[in-house]
Amino acid sequence: MGERPGWVSLPSHEGEVIHISVHAFLLQAFIGLSLGSIYVMMASGLSLIFGLMRVVNFAHGSFYMLGAYTLVYLISLIGNFWICLIVSPILIGILGILIEVGGIRPLYGTEEFNPLLLTLGLNYVFVDIIRILFGLGGVGSSIPKELNGMVNLGFMMFPKYRFFMILVGAAVVFLIWLFINRTNIGLVVRAGTKDNEMVQMLGINVRLVWTLVFGLGIALAALSGALIAPITGTIPEMGMFMVIEAFVVVVIGGMGSFAGSIVAGVLVGEVIAITNLFYPQAGTVAIFILMAIILLTTKAGLFGEG
Amino acid sequence: MNRSIVRAVDWQFWISIPFLIILPFLTPYQAIATNILIVGLFATGFNILLGYTGQLSFGHASFYGLGAYTAGLLIVRLHAPLGIALLAAVVAATIAGLVIGYLSLRRSDVYFSLLTLAFSQIFYFLAFQLRSLTGGDDGLRGIPVFKPFGIDLGKPLGMYYLAFIFFIVMSYLARVILRSPLGKAMRAVKENEDRAIACGFNTQRIKLVSFVISGIYGGLAGFLYCIHLRHVPVDLFHWGMNGEVIFVCIVGGVGTFFGPIVGAIAFLLIHDYLQVIFTRWELVVGLILILFILFFNQGIVGAIENQIALYREKKAFRSQRSVVGGS
Repeated sequence: MGERPGWVSLPSHEGEVIHISVHAFLLQAFIGLSLGSIYVMMASGLSLIFGLMRVVNFAHGSFYMLGAYTLVYLISLIGNFWICLIVSPILIGILGILIEVGGIRPLYGTEEFNPLLLTLGLNYVFVDIIRILFGLGGVGSSIPKELNGMVNLGFMMFPKYRFFMILVGAAVVFLIWLFINRTNIGLVVRAGTKDNEMVQMLGINVRLVWTLVFGLGIALAALSGALIAPITGTIPEMGMFMVIEAFVVVVIGGMGSFAGSIVAGVLVGEVIAITNLFYPQAGTVAIFILMAIILLTTKAGLFGEG
Repeated sequence: MNRSIVRAVDWQFWISIPFLIILPFLTPYQAIATNILIVGLFATGFNILLGYTGQLSFGHASFYGLGAYTAGLLIVRLHAPLGIALLAAVVAATIAGLVIGYLSLRRSDVYFSLLTLAFSQIFYFLAFQLRSLTGGDDGLRGIPVFKPFGIDLGKPLGMYYLAFIFFIVMSYLARVILRSPLGKAMRAVKENEDRAIACGFNTQRIKLVSFVISGIYGGLAGFLYCIHLRHVPVDLFHWGMNGEVIFVCIVGGVGTFFGPIVGAIAFLLIHDYLQVIFTRWELVVGLILILFILFFNQGIVGAIENQIALYREKKAFRSQRSVVGGS
């Protein structure tokens, strides 16, 4: 088969060559971007939390799941998608703050993997509570009608909701950047990520900042879940895969690096989307291989230090 | 410190033998006792890495699954005899331990945990996708009942005492390892890795050896799982399995010799009893894990060890006083 203009040819996993139109490729690349914005939000939350307090939050995926369920439940009560999209992360963020104060704070200074194990336990608990409340099967949700349909990007038509996801991702990245670089609390966060003890020595109440950042990270996870729920629906286990993938993003980007989370989030979204074109089952394993390669060739991810 | 650990390892090892001999008559049914030994064996290996070397692997399911699949595939596809399957499971776990350990241990702490997790996810994916070979999500079926040396493994007690022999031998080996200079070096790495390096230890190699050893325990446990249940589910590679073995170690007592088996008993009994009355037993498992981490960090055996140490101290103090008072 000869080359056709407007098509790309790539070998598939079974050896034969598959031909994909440039259009399909572009569409998938943009879908990768919308997926990437979810990864960016998940990973920046995880990474902020880890960078500041060295806590590996294994329950991050269950907060993502809780965000999705809260959105779906609130919509069934209130009906307005926009209000629910804002309220759900706030509620789950408050839950996150309570957990930090009640559960994780007592563990600072003990064995360093204790917070990880605590959040692992939380993960079991949250998933099972949701199973009890909402049943084993998933709960469906639908895209609000303002965001239904397609948007013309000039060179192709693209689902409006996915475009909205990209915009939210970009806006969140901008806001976090402002928070970290332009506020006083952000200054403490940056300083704390570099050298916690020094900041404490200067008489700054780091514990309060930690709690705040933990809540913020959790709210970001809840927002990611709430944002994806209208497309995928919700299942109790939705966070399990997500948290592992988010870890991969954070590790690729470098634990504690915000820039790393952005670059790696987009990268992983794209890798999954493009792999899906050729060999749909390999999407998730592709990112693990990517992670292993990056970890073994760089010191601590793309943007990590030490 | 070291002396007390050696002493604790000793009495706990000798107590475990008579206890485990009568265990199947104490459990609700005999097959569950075998499960306890299998999970206990897996956790004993895991404990060597976590409890005595201080490394948290989040991918030990790789070894469990690899042992089970290697043995199962050889038995089902090539009709290999039991001994070959056993040998292959151990060899597979050793090789995987060397490769995964070499790669993952190049990064420390969290990165190490996540790299091991990545490897176990890759195995999970492979077992899931290579349907024609592994049976995919149905798992590997068709493993026959074996009768080595005239022991009928189809009978619960036959299987139990085979697992018992494995457990005791491996447990004894763990005792030997922990008492050896290597075991001391492992504890040095756990206590303070920088200091161990400064003392001239090749900590990287110590961690790798510890990782491979604990992987072999996982592989053996997988092998026993395969011939016990005569079915290899893909779940063995699932990350939830990592959570399970962590739970077992935490509840039993990280860094205690008897902890893994006590944790395994707790876990399987909770699992078994709760499943009957309350389908959401994971909720309970999660809550117990949280409670232990927050309030009961040493685990069951760790708490007992502490009580004994306290009692000894008191007794020593009292006898000292009586000596002083008498003179």
